[in-house]
Amino acid sequence: MKLADKTANELQELLHSKELTIAELTEATFKRIKELDPKVDAFLALNEEQATKQAAEMDQTDATERGPLYGLPIGVKDNIVTEGLETTASSLILKGFNPIYNATVVDKLREAGMVIVGKLNMDEFAMGSSNENSYYKNTKNPWNLETVPGGSSGGSAAAVAAGEVPFTLGSDTGGSIRQPAAFCGVVGMKPTYGRVSRFGLIAYASSFDQIGPITRTVKDNALLLNAISGHDEKDSTSANVEVPDFTAALTGDIEGLRIGVPKEYFAEGVSEASKQAVKDALKVLEEKGATWEEISLPHSKYALSTYYILASSEASSNLSRFDGIRYGYRTEKAGSLLEFYMNTRSEGFGDEVKRRIMLGTYALSSGYYDAYYKKAQKVRTLIKQDFDKAFENFDVIVGPTTPTPAFKIGEIIDDPLTMYANDILTIPVNLAGVPAISVPCGFDNGLPLGLQIIGNYFDEETVYRVADAFEQATEFHKETPQTWEGAAQ
Amino acid sequence: MAKMTKEEVIEVAHLARLAITDEEAVHFADQLEAITNAMELLNELDTENVEPTTHVLPLVNVMREDKSIEGLPRELVMKNVKEHEGGQVRVPTILD
Repeated sequence: MKLADKTANELQELLHSKELTIAELTEATFKRIKELDPKVDAFLALNEEQATKQAAEMDQTDATERGPLYGLPIGVKDNIVTEGLETTASSLILKGFNPIYNATVVDKLREAGMVIVGKLNMDEFAMGSSNENSYYKNTKNPWNLETVPGGSSGGSAAAVAAGEVPFTLGSDTGGSIRQPAAFCGVVGMKPTYGRVSRFGLIAYASSFDQIGPITRTVKDNALLLNAISGHDEKDSTSANVEVPDFTAALTGDIEGLRIGVPKEYFAEGVSEASKQAVKDALKVLEEKGATWEEISLPHSKYALSTYYILASSEASSNLSRFDGIRYGYRTEKAGSLLEFYMNTRSEGFGDEVKRRIMLGTYALSSGYYDAYYKKAQKVRTLIKQDFDKAFENFDVIVGPTTPTPAFKIGEIIDDPLTMYANDILTIPVNLAGVPAISVPCGFDNGLPLGLQIIGNYFDEETVYRVADAFEQATEFHKETPQTWEGAAQ
Repeated sequence: MAKMTKEEVIEVAHLARLAITDEEAVHFADQLEAITNAMELLNELDTENVEPTTHVLPLVNVMREDKSIEGLPRELVMKNVKEHEGGQVRVPTILD
C-alpha cells in the first residue's frame, strides 16, 4: 500500500514504529505533488523549504508528545491567510500578497503539529462552482481531467482525490466544500456556522462562510475538525460552545436513527443517477437499523435566489476593502483618486466577482433594498424554519449533494444561472447554518457522486456517525482515480 | 419582469467603484437582468409577518475590557504596501 492511500492512523503507525520519519513523509508528499500537479493543477504556492525544515525538527519530538495529526501533511485553501506564504484567494487583486499573520485555523494546525505543504486553487474569492473563476489556473478533476473539480474549494478536493495530500482545508459559503467533495469522490464537511473561527478567512459572505475539512475518510475528517474547532475571541461570530471529540461519535451504531428525505431534493434537474445512488444509500442505512421517511422542506426552491441576493450583498460590502492602497494589485492608470479605485478594482477582479459585487450593490441600493435584500432576509427565516421543524422529528436529513456529477470544463462558464444551480441542494444548509457532510456514494459514467447528510445545529457528531456507518458498509471511498496509477508514493 | 438597462449597470458599477466599458455594461446588463428576474421568484411568498434573519445564531455584541493592546509593528504593517516613505503609504498624485 502506498503512502498516498493511507489514513492518518496508518501513517501514525508507520511514524511510531519508525518505519517512516516525518521528513521522509514530507519529502514523499512534495515528490508526489510535483509529479501529479502538472496534470491536476490543484496547488498554487508551495511551502517546501519551510515544511522540510519543520519536518526535520518535528522528528526530534518524542512519540508520547505527539497527537493524532502530528507530522502529517495538509494543504490549505488560498482564501485562508498563512503568514509568510503567498495568499491570493485566486485573485489578481491579491497577487503577491504576503500575510503578516496566520488565520486562527492555521495556528491550530501548527499546534496539532501538521505540516502545511501549500495553498490550494479555488474560484476567485470563493465565488464559483467549477474553479474556472481562478485568475491563475483551472484545476482538473482527477477522475477525468476534462471535467471540473467543482468549486469553490476545487483545489482542496482535487488534491485529496489525487492523493497529493491526505488532508486539506476548504471553505463553504453555499456548497464550496461539499460540491467539490462530491465531484472528486472525497469526504467534505461544512461545520455548523460558528463552529470554526473565521479569523483570517478572506471574507466573501460573512453570515455564511465556514471553514471545514476535506479528507479521504470520515475518521480523518473528524480528526481534523477536532483540531480546528472552537471559540476564538478574534471572531465574535464564533460560537462559545463545547467541542466534543468528534471521533468518539464514530461508533458504527445507527440503530433507531430517524432519517428525513426531502422530496424537494429529488425534483426536476436532479439526475436519475444521483437519485438512484441516494436511494441505494438509504437501503444501506436501513440495513444498519435506521428508518427513513419522505419529508418536505417546502421553501427549498427559494433558496437559490435568497442566497444570491444575500451573499452578493455581503460580498459587495466585504470586497470594498480592495482598493489598491495598502496591499495587493495597484493600477498604473489613474488621474484622480476615483479613477485609481475604479481602475484598480476593474483590472484586479474577474467577471464573476464583478457580477456579484454589482448584484449586491444593486440589491442594497436605495429603492431596491426592501424588494431584494430585506425580502431575502425574510425568506431566509422561512428556510431556517423548514429545517427547525424537520429536526423536531428527525436526527438527520439525507439527499444528494449535487444534481449531477462533474461537468466538462468550459461547458457552462458563460451561463451564470446554470452555474449557480449546481449549488441548489447545498445552499439551503448555509442559509440555515446547520452542519452537513458529503461522502462518496456511487459513480455515474466513472464520475463520483456524493451523499449529503445534514444535521441539527452543533450536532456534527450525529452527521459523522451516520457518514462513518455508511462508509464502513460501502467501498466507494476505496476507489481511486487513474491519476494515481504508477505515480510516486 | 424588471428590465436592466445599460445605464443602470453603469450607475451600479460606479457605486461599486468598478470601471466598465459600454460593451461590458451591455453584457452585464443581460446577465444581471436574467439573474434579478430569477430572483423575483421570491415575490410569490407572503412575508408580511416574517421577521428577517440577519444571522443564524443568537449573537450579542462582544465587549472587552477598555484597555490598550499593542498593535502590529509598523514595518510588518508596511510589508505589503507597494510604495512607502517615512512610515506612510505613498499613493499617486491625485490633487493638482
